[in-house]
Formats: sequence, structure tokens, C-alpha cells
Amino acid sequence: MNVHAHFVAQLHGARPIADPAASDALVDVEDMTVTFRSRERVVHAVNGVSFSLRRGEVLGILGESGSGKSVTLRALMRLLPDHAQVGGKVVVAGHDVARLDESRLEDVRGRAISMIFQEPMTALDPVFTIGEQIAETVRRHEGCDRRTAEARALDLLDMVQIPSARRRLKAYPHEMSGGMRQRAMIALALSCRPSVLLADEPTTALDVTVQIQVLLLLRKLQKELGMAVIFVTHDVGAAIEVSDRLAVMYAGRFVETGTAIDMIETPRHPYTNGLLDSMLSGDKRGQRLETIPGAPPSLGQAPAGCSFAPRCRFAATSCTLALPEPTAFSPTHTARCFRMDTKAERFAMLADA
Amino acid sequence: MLVYALVRILYTIPILLGVSLIAFGLIHLVPGNPLDLLLPPEAPKELVDQIKAKYGFDQPLYIQYFTWLGRVAVGDLGNSVFTGEPVREQLISALSNTLVLAIPAAVLGFALGIFLGAVAGFNRDTWIDKLASAIAITGVSMPHYWGAIVSVILFSVILNWLPATGMGPSGGLPQSWEDVTHMILPVATLSLIPMGVISRLVRATVLEINGQEFTAALRGKGLRRKRIIYHVLKNAAPPAMALMGLQFGYLLGGSILVETVYNWPGSGQLMNLAIFRRDIPVLQATVVVLSFFFVLINLSVDVLQAAIDPRIRR
Ligand SMILES: Nc1ncnc2c1ncn2[C@@H]1O[C@H](COP(=O)(O)OP(=O)(O)OP(=O)(O)O)[C@@H](O)[C@H]1O
Ligand code: SF4
Ligand SMILES: [Mg+2]
Repeated sequence: MNVHAHFVAQLHGARPIADPAASDALVDVEDMTVTFRSRERVVHAVNGVSFSLRRGEVLGILGESGSGKSVTLRALMRLLPDHAQVGGKVVVAGHDVARLDESRLEDVRGRAISMIFQEPMTALDPVFTIGEQIAETVRRHEGCDRRTAEARALDLLDMVQIPSARRRLKAYPHEMSGGMRQRAMIALALSCRPSVLLADEPTTALDVTVQIQVLLLLRKLQKELGMAVIFVTHDVGAAIEVSDRLAVMYAGRFVETGTAIDMIETPRHPYTNGLLDSMLSGDKRGQRLETIPGAPPSLGQAPAGCSFAPRCRFAATSCTLALPEPTAFSPTHTARCFRMDTKAERFAMLADA
Repeated sequence: MLVYALVRILYTIPILLGVSLIAFGLIHLVPGNPLDLLLPPEAPKELVDQIKAKYGFDQPLYIQYFTWLGRVAVGDLGNSVFTGEPVREQLISALSNTLVLAIPAAVLGFALGIFLGAVAGFNRDTWIDKLASAIAITGVSMPHYWGAIVSVILFSVILNWLPATGMGPSGGLPQSWEDVTHMILPVATLSLIPMGVISRLVRATVLEINGQEFTAALRGKGLRRKRIIYHVLKNAAPPAMALMGLQFGYLLGGSILVETVYNWPGSGQLMNLAIFRRDIPVLQATVVVLSFFFVLINLSVDVLQAAIDPRIRR
């Protein structure tokens, strides 16, 4: 069973058959759900996500704002607030995340799995220097002395190509530019050589030129360190650039997964079509997708049918009655849609009607 | 950082000048001439002029101000118009009496306040939070004099553990256990308000900081809880210090109620007496010296804040 077949099997909810290679998946997620319950409201943020990821693999997650990308990543590290209920199986680097006691969890976080946060300005502590923030992480996990940890912090800043790194060690987050902060955040996330890196929109806060630099840097480091990476973004181009596999997320589900080629050449889900078209028409981040009218559904209750139906131009009555299960189109390519035809076929049908 | 501190020190000069001007101007805000109180209405004109000249009241205002300021600057605070004694000695004695209470009250109130606030904030909505918050609210809302009287009745009259009022036998800095027993009730009473307001602020600040993204990031790095608490408290320190500075300033002004109940001759009593007696030199000197301390405290708070939070330095 190859990597992708394994992945597809996961998507189908099938347990991998005794396959020695399958057990070394670094991330193994099955039917993960996240529900926020507070007195005022309930939010079904993630509704059954399954995937697995091996050493050296990069999974790109694409999706509109609010589709549950950040919540998915946080659930992998059990970083969600107390009112979040997480269901399903989440295994990271051999640890059943839900079952870990607090102290073991602290050992796993930052070491086996670490995260580049969405906004480096707010994710760094404003009253500690960059050097202190990196060194304390190194000391925490490797128990080395201060001197060694500081030397390591310096190496890390060099590695992420921060100029005059020695001086930057003593800088506070507000004294750095957005690009430098983002690099510092990356250095911090990589400080204990994690085997799994979660990158939550690591470049959206940056100018285009800096974005490209940071992406290339991430890709290079990922190859050098052999990390498994989950790369979350709004930016279809960036996702295609860095990922081995892509997942398109909508209303807390992966509606289509496949390689970049699968997605570009034969997108199967109408939502994926819309996303790709929006990239071609040059939509800016944060804007509504003009190619897909309407807004993502409220996540107050889990709908019985396809969550995309209200915005889908191909929706049929059957779409609102049952949840489309993932269908495999090739060993690497699956989509959750009742209309299995390709984009061209669908439009041809629309024209006929 | 050094530059910031120097600039802040320079800033205090105009503030101090302004304060001195206000203190000096006090004399003219008080209705009536201060001499009216000293001299019988039928005093002969020559005597009035003589006294006026003696106190410099015959000079133009700005000359009066500058001579007064010049004297204050070298530590000469004049004489009380009521007792004729030098103001300086009275003020030093009153202020040191107040400090003997204010310093331990501040240490106690701040330490308890920070502790209760932090414990409440880190255990949000648990019974610990509710208990700590209840203590804090009681501290803020209980009237001082009521608390003072109740504790005197309880600890002195009923239990007879502690002396009811007055300073200890040494009458100044505590030298013996007996002196200390005299301090316990007033210090406890004075510490209530600082304890209450600081714990409220620390709790709110801790909650606010715990809701920020970077605390999630700190957990995401795998830091131990103790280390995360250290991060949060360092972030919470600047606002807490600002409030502590203010509270300590208030304590220095003395509490007339507490000083009256416990018969403690501190700066509150001194000022109160000066107001009743229209003893302008005493009042002016007290206001100037207290303001000086207030400005000094604020200056130290500013510099300390900037040392902790680099964003303040600009
Ligand atoms: N702490 C929380 N409490 C309640 N609801 C939350 C919480 N965090 C996220 N949500 C909800 O979960 C849903 C998914 O949010 P998430 O942050 O994962 O979106 P996202 O895909 O990362 O979007 P963006 O691209 O804007 O970052 C949203 O509806 C959001 O309002
Ligand atoms: S299942 Fe139906 S509504 Fe959902 S995306 Fe496919 S066609 Fe559209
Ligand atoms: Mg997000």
C-alpha cells in the first residue's frame, strides 16, 4: 500500500490493513470533530476530518476564512480552550493526544509537534526578547544550560536567514519588521527539531516578495529536517507551490483531497472549482470569493446534507438529504460530492438543461 | 533605557514647579486673610504691619512665591503660624509616623492583592476564584472606620490581644514587640483597600493576558505551567505597578479616619489640624512634601515599567 492509498483508506474511514509502513505515520487523524459549546451557542467547527501524514510529507489545507483550518491544527496539539470538545482519533508521533496527561503533553508540544502561529505579532510575548523566547524553549526540552541554549537560538536565527542575528537575539518583537518576526516565529517553531510542523498561514501577514522568500525557506528547511508539515493557507498558489498533497476544507470537512495536479487538472468538487477560479481572477485574501456567491454556512448545527448545497449551482434535492461520503477518483484523489462528473461535464449538463 | 530614565527625571521638574505653585496658591484660595485668625480684629495697624512684614505678606505675590520656594528648596519649611514651631520638625515626625504604618500596610496589601488576584485569574470561575474575589471585594467596600472600630472591639476589647489605640512606648520607629502590637491593627486596616483594588486589577489583567494568542503559543512550546505563569505575571506587572504607586501615594497622605480611630499622629492628622487652624505654612509644606513624594513614586514606577515592558520606552 503506498502513501496515497493509505491516505485514501484513511479518508474512507477504513483501518489500514496490517501494513508495517502504515504504523510510522507521524500524524494519524480519524474522524476528528471539534465542537465549541458555550452557554450562548454551539459551533461545530470541525466535522469529521481524517488524514494521515508521514515523515517528509507536506499537506496543504486550503479554505475560506472560518472553514476550521486553525481549529484543526490546534486540535492536533490540544491547544483549544476548555469549552472545545474534541472527538475522534488524534495520534501524533505515536501519542494519543487526547489521552496524554498534562505533563507528557507539555513534553510533546514544542518538541514532537510545533506550530507557526497565524499572526507573529500577537503570538510572541511582547516583554521577552526573541533570544529569550527561543532559548527558553530549547532549555525546556533539552535541559541544557543557558549558554548552550543561547548559542542554539543564534544558530536558529542564522538558519532562518535573519541578518545580524546576534543583534536580533536581544530585540523585542515590536522592534522587528513583519518579515523578521515571521522568521523568528519559524525559528522558534523549529527550535527543538519537531517531527511535525503545523504552519498556520505562515506568510499571510507579509508582502508578496517576503512571502515568497519565507515559503522557499520553509520548503528548504522542511526538506533538510525531513519534517512532516501541515501548511494552512488561503493562497491557492502558495499551497500548490509547497505541498505534496492538498486538502480543500469547507465547513469543517475536507471536501476534496488530492495532489496539486489532481486538483488543478480535474477538480471534482464545485467548491474546489470556485477556489481555483478565484485564484485565477486574483481575489485578495479576506475578500469574499466572487466566483462562489454566498457565505459559508453558520456552524451552529451540523447539516444533514452537503454543507455546500446552499451555494452550489449544481445542487440537487438529494444533496440536502444525505452527507456525501468521500469518493475516490484515483488512488490520490477523493471528493465529497454526489456529482462525480468533471467540471466540463457539469457545465455541459447545465447548458443542456 | 538610561535616556528614558533621564528624560523622565527632567519631566518631573515642571511638574514639581506646578505643584509648588498650587501649594503656594492655596493661601489665596482659602477665604479670608490668614492673619485674621492670628490677630484679634481690634489689633493696632502697626502690629498688623509688623506681623505682615515678619511673614513677608507685604511683598508682591511673585516675590513671596520665590522666597518661599527658595526656602523650601533648602529644606526650610517655615514656622507654624499657630504654634510658632518649625514646620519641618512637625512634618518629619508626622510623616515618619505615617510611614511606619504605610510601608508595612503597602507590603502586606500589595503582596496579598497580587497573590489573590493571580490565584483568582489563573483559576477563573472556580470556587477559588469566587473566594479570592469575595475577599477582595470585602476589602474594597468595607468602610475603613467601620473595619477599624470593629477590629478594635474584637481584638482589643473582647479578646484583649492587642492594644486599642496609640503608638507604642517608643513613639516612633518600632523598637520592641510592644510597639509592633500597636501597629498590627492600623496596618491591617490600611492594607485592606490596596489589597482589594490590586487583586481586582491583577485578576482582570491576568484574564486579559490569558486570552491573548501568545499564551496559547507559550503552551504550544511546551513550557511548564510555572513558566507560563511567570510570563503572564511579567506582562501584568506594568499596570499593577502603576496602581501600586498610586495606592502607596494615598497611604503616605495618611488616613484621617484610621489615624483618628487609632490615635496615631500621622500626616493625615497633621493636615487636618492645619486646615482647621488655617495654619497655612504647615499646610503648604505638607502639600509640597507629599506631592514631591508622589512625583518621586510615579517616576520610579515609570522607570520600572519601562524596564519591564520595552514598548513603554518610546
Ligand atoms: N475559541 C473558540 N470558541 C468558539 N468558536 C471558535 C473558537 N475558535 C474558532 N471558533 C469558530 O470555529 C470556526 C473555525 O475557525 P478557524 O479559526 O479554524 O477558521 P480558519 O479556517 O482558521 O479561518 P481563517 O482563515 O480566518 O484563519 C469559526 O466559525 C470560528 O468562529
Ligand atoms: S453534493 Fe451536491 S450540493 Fe454538495 S457540492 Fe456536490 S453537487 Fe454541490
Ligand atoms: Mg485560521
